[in-house]
Amino acid sequence: MNAPQNQHQGVSVQVRGLRRSFGKQEVLKGIDLEVRAGEIFVLMGPSGSGKSVLLRHVIGLEVPDAGEILIGGESIQASGVMDKFRMAMVFQSGALFSSLTVGENVGLYLSEHRLQPPAEIARVVSEKLAVVGLKGTEAKFPSELSGGMKKRVAIARALVIDPQLILYDEPTSELDPISAVVIGEEIHTLNQRIGVTSMVVTHDRELAFGIAHRIAVINEGEILAVGSPDEVRRSHHPIIREFLHADFHREKSSL
Amino acid sequence: MFQNIGEMVLLFWRTLCALPLVWRQRAKVFEQFYEIGNASLLMICVLSFFLGGVIALQTGPLLVERGLHNAVGGLVGIAMAKELAPIMMAILIAGRVGSAMAAEIGSMRVYQEIDALRTMNINPVTYLVLPRLVALAVALPMLVTFAILVGWLGGAVVCTVTGQIDIPIQSFFTTMKDVVEVKDVANGVFKSFCFAWIIGVVSCHQGLITRGGPRGIGRSVTKAVVNSIVLIVMFDYVLTRILLH
Repeated sequence: MNAPQNQHQGVSVQVRGLRRSFGKQEVLKGIDLEVRAGEIFVLMGPSGSGKSVLLRHVIGLEVPDAGEILIGGESIQASGVMDKFRMAMVFQSGALFSSLTVGENVGLYLSEHRLQPPAEIARVVSEKLAVVGLKGTEAKFPSELSGGMKKRVAIARALVIDPQLILYDEPTSELDPISAVVIGEEIHTLNQRIGVTSMVVTHDRELAFGIAHRIAVINEGEILAVGSPDEVRRSHHPIIREFLHADFHREKSSL
Repeated sequence: MFQNIGEMVLLFWRTLCALPLVWRQRAKVFEQFYEIGNASLLMICVLSFFLGGVIALQTGPLLVERGLHNAVGGLVGIAMAKELAPIMMAILIAGRVGSAMAAEIGSMRVYQEIDALRTMNINPVTYLVLPRLVALAVALPMLVTFAILVGWLGGAVVCTVTGQIDIPIQSFFTTMKDVVEVKDVANGVFKSFCFAWIIGVVSCHQGLITRGGPRGIGRSVTKAVVNSIVLIVMFDYVLTRILLH
């Protein structure tokens, strides 16, 4: 898949020598990678390989032991850089506030920062929900939504800040195949429409190869390969091959 | 508990620094205030009525036997106002409201809702802790004032209906008035104000440091209640010492 040709608003992300340990366990062992502005970059790897931890570092929820992260060429550790760029994260669980309605969840950023009057916030919320195909669900509570709808509400909440970078943490986990495809298409459509840089963490092979412009494979805190989906598919690295071709091995029983 | 004291002091300080923003969070403050009052008022009435009654029942016959009829009202009045109402209501609120705060914030922590707030540049202290603490700091002194009045009434009723004491309600309150001053009630209300901050800070802190899944939430709730009660009793002694002078 080629990067979008439209004029993008996305920002680039560079990770240099990122290291992070939790206790004696080293989770990230000197990660180096670059996400280009406006592309969909998928970080793929088995569970516990450090994908989500890396994502949490990029959004500033974790502080690295060593190394640095540059957003739009500026280190996120420098003061004011995190506020300078509009970044949003779609969490694995959706992380919607159960005590708030869908509309309040989506408009939370605008209402808490008092960026717009209530009527305007309601209009923006309705518009963003329409983008993810959930128009008219403003008054519902998250408990009334399916798993796929919650993920889409979380995406709508991310869109409210008009982001330059969206981080998706396992966007299709716990979803049925049809909902997973819908979410994948949402990510792709948003990238095409607004040119936002998208960094997607997943172990879903079909999602990764279906939407990515480039893929990185991570295992035990180390990047094994970075490249286009075709390049990654052709990789001879044994761990990548095992990950990409993992399947059931059942002997065919004679009927 | 003690290794977290520094973090709790820091949380308390950050909440104080966020106080100028409380007007913006007024809807949440009222919501919490209603939750606290609505959840606790009936229980507080029952508890304080019987608390006042039992003090009268324990001390009344002994004092009357020694010819100290006039001391019963004063004793019940002082005990309820300065000590029993503030401490018992604080313990009740720690169990009823503090546990709910720790559970709610703890589950938000576990299910990444607090991380989501941080990614939206919304300060969890301003959004979650401030409204709860302010509501508690207003509600608990009001509930304690109410508890003191109901406790006195309980003491008066028991003194009237118990044959061994047999002090009429009017006489009970007249003798109480000679002993109990407004500053004694203010003393108890002030204590409850301090206890409210302890309950709020301990419970919210436990919620914010919750790790793991449902088991972690359960552990945080238990710690919030136990630590609140321990600190309330310790601070009660310190405050009593200070207020005696």
